[in-house]
Amino acid sequence: MAQLKRHSVLPGFGLSLGYTLFYLSTIVLLPLAALVLKTMHLTWGQFMTTVTDPEVLAAYRVSFGASFVAAILNAAIGLLVAWVLVRYRFFGKRFLDAMIDLPFALPTAVAGISLTTLYAKNGWIGRLLDPLGIHVAYTWSGIVLALTFIGMPFVVRTIQPVLQDLDPEVEEAAASLGAGRWLIFRRVVFPEVWPPLLTGFSLSFARAVGEYGSVIFIAANIPMKTEIAPVMIVKKLEEFQYSQATAIAVVMLVASFIILLMISLLQKWTAGRGVRR
Amino acid sequence: MKLSQMFPLSLLAVTLILASGCKQSSTDQGSATTQASTDSQVSEILNVSYDPTRELYKEINTAFATDWKAKTGQDISVKQSHGGSGKQARAVIDGLQADVVTLGLAYDIDALHDHGDLVPADWQKRLPNNSTPFTSTIVWLIRKGNPKNLKAWDDLVKDGVQIVVPNPKTSGGARWAYLAAYGAALQENNNDDAKARAFITRFYGNVPVLDSGARDATVTFTKRGLGDVLVSWENEGQLALQEFGSDQYEVVYPPVSILAEPPVSIVDKVVDDRGSRKVAEAYLNFLYTAQAQEIAAKNHYRPTDASVASRYANQFPQIKLFTVDELFGGWKKAQETHFADGGVFDQIYKPK
Repeated sequence: MAQLKRHSVLPGFGLSLGYTLFYLSTIVLLPLAALVLKTMHLTWGQFMTTVTDPEVLAAYRVSFGASFVAAILNAAIGLLVAWVLVRYRFFGKRFLDAMIDLPFALPTAVAGISLTTLYAKNGWIGRLLDPLGIHVAYTWSGIVLALTFIGMPFVVRTIQPVLQDLDPEVEEAAASLGAGRWLIFRRVVFPEVWPPLLTGFSLSFARAVGEYGSVIFIAANIPMKTEIAPVMIVKKLEEFQYSQATAIAVVMLVASFIILLMISLLQKWTAGRGVRR
Repeated sequence: MKLSQMFPLSLLAVTLILASGCKQSSTDQGSATTQASTDSQVSEILNVSYDPTRELYKEINTAFATDWKAKTGQDISVKQSHGGSGKQARAVIDGLQADVVTLGLAYDIDALHDHGDLVPADWQKRLPNNSTPFTSTIVWLIRKGNPKNLKAWDDLVKDGVQIVVPNPKTSGGARWAYLAAYGAALQENNNDDAKARAFITRFYGNVPVLDSGARDATVTFTKRGLGDVLVSWENEGQLALQEFGSDQYEVVYPPVSILAEPPVSIVDKVVDDRGSRKVAEAYLNFLYTAQAQEIAAKNHYRPTDASVASRYANQFPQIKLFTVDELFGGWKKAQETHFADGGVFDQIYKPK
């Protein structure tokens, strides 16, 4: 702490940290503490039976698996979208740019219902896919679709500013030194974009893990197959088993935290490598 | 520790104390206002109900307000709240100030007694017909012309038939639907429980989507064109017919089904706090009057009043109906055996 103080040239450290702590305590820590406290009503044995129930485990697999795939898709497509929005000039660019944030504003239930309407076998897109034997609504892919939809803005919005700040002259310099386009992308652009890409990925992943509203409409919610963990929580609440519901939530929380921490460490590690090279 | 370092901690402590102080005073105020209100001053009551009764209670509430004004000269407005039956019960347990509850199944009102002692244990004995002013049953909505030739419950579990029904874990109506199917199988197999279990396993094996509520399932069946049969409330089926056209769908009454009894009760703790017992009781008694029974019949709920029932007899085909008490030993037992954690419904989906 003393070291912190010596290095700080900005005034108001005490006040701002105090406010931060208070804010975090009321908005984040208090509800989380209540969650853990409620789970304490269970004995360790009860806790383990609840969270290792085959149906609950299957729900975790669906939630984390679909979120992971959706976050990967978002990272790939989001990078492309950000690239297009930053690097090219075309008609309607502003309009497209504004549209990116829409998934944030749209109530997720509306998103779920619209996607289901489109992809059900009598919907506009589903009608075309059905003869090909591709089913999206009421399947695992439907869940991924909904999670991709709600998570996309995270990746685009984290990459966009970095791409904007990336001076095209650096790429031109690389080109004049004889680097091909692919090499420029790999060795010049990508190392810059990598950290925000990881950030966007983890934000999109975290958002997807907790998503409920859109998924319940497009998933068939069949136990062991297409049931997400938040649905399991609602089912437990419906049986007035609050502690069991919070137990499932606590496991999700811890798992998400570990995954996000790992991504953050990965980010640090790769950034360090970049400096050495 | 330096003073500047202690500052954030002390700020935190002060704000926490302030916050708890605010909470204290606001609860004081709350109890003061409730104590001040007496019966004559109650100008509105809240009816917390389940999902498909929205239209029904809207009509009944207007009729009751007129009736109450004529009898007592007081203005009364009945507010309504709708949602899944279990969710509504939970809201009342968590403090929603409901004067009366009109829920989808007795188990959810039992929960008000078990978790919070909001109603006495014998609440269901206080009003006629197990505190059920109007009943309903579970029917099928099928596609016009009955392309899959569905007539008996056994037809539903054939290969290639898709059944749309909500999740009994999250929907009260779906629990009635589950028990209708299970009970029908019991009756057709001389109460052989093993056979009924095999039947219900095949039944849910034919369910491609488990929606969370009755209305969602109706949308899946009609708008998304999924499934061959929707198993739902009688009123929901009739409403879907009105809404989406009888040229596309048919309501089929299965040979045997369940007598669904959505019960009503005042919430004793709330009416005593608010001083609204008199009007809340009058409201529930009003549900049994010929006027309210008539409104119920028009909304496809089966009236319990004999004279109203006979007038609307052709609207409600007589089929063989069994009750939860007859076949399942009451709601508590049905809930524990079938829908609780690890119950029959959970076992259907357990990997073999």
